[in-house]
Amino acid sequence: MIAATSSSTDRIEKVVELKATRSRVWRAISSAKEFETWFRVKLDGEFAEGKTVLGQITVPNYEHVRIEMQIQKIDAERYFAYRWHPACTDPTVDYSKESTTLVEFLLDDAPDGCVLTIVESGFDRLPANRRAEAFRQNEGGWRGCATALAKYVA
Amino acid sequence: MPVFAALADATRLRLLKRLSAEGSLSITRLSQGERVTRQAITRHLYALGGAGLVHHKRQGREQIWDLDMKRLEKARQYLDHVAAQWDAAAARLKAFVEETER
Repeated sequence: MIAATSSSTDRIEKVVELKATRSRVWRAISSAKEFETWFRVKLDGEFAEGKTVLGQITVPNYEHVRIEMQIQKIDAERYFAYRWHPACTDPTVDYSKESTTLVEFLLDDAPDGCVLTIVESGFDRLPANRRAEAFRQNEGGWRGCATALAKYVA
Repeated sequence: MPVFAALADATRLRLLKRLSAEGSLSITRLSQGERVTRQAITRHLYALGGAGLVHHKRQGREQIWDLDMKRLEKARQYLDHVAAQWDAAAARLKAFVEETER
């Protein structure tokens, strides 16, 4: 059960209680091979501080979507953080000059296992203008992607 | 100023709420009851205007400001959209670790 969302105007926070050991969850987050499985992405390497890991989404119909994770900090069994461009990427747009958001995974103990807090912040630094691809209506997954960003923030 | 930066300020949020509740308002009206100076209110309004969240027009000697509902709604929708993606990812992580727990 996704426990709670706290809302703000420029950050997203999710708190999830997990019935698994902290080390099990840490491995799922910090090991690229495991991360690939649940995140549904194909990554080009292992996570390490200061490294940029490229990925290709493996969700059906979104295989063209590429992500670039700039690994910030890895603090074993406690904290994993990376920067990236939120939502998906449009292959025709050069995002290298634009601001990234910060994604943080914070892990803590809980009576029945552990609790994971996911925070994505820094939306306030996104640019006002963005080029867009056609917005496609779809269920779940990575709908809209850069188009959503372009339309909603421009 | 990007939309989310425009929103991430208590005074600006208050101004938006008032415009949302009361419709078009002049700077004079918006400054009433505020502890912030009229000059500061004006600066905030221009910041919100820069992000496309409010618009103004001149009416006599006053500037009347009103909310751009679409822009605000789109900003909200965008965050909801990203939040929904995290909900889905978190659910997959939960299923993954709880099913493969050793």
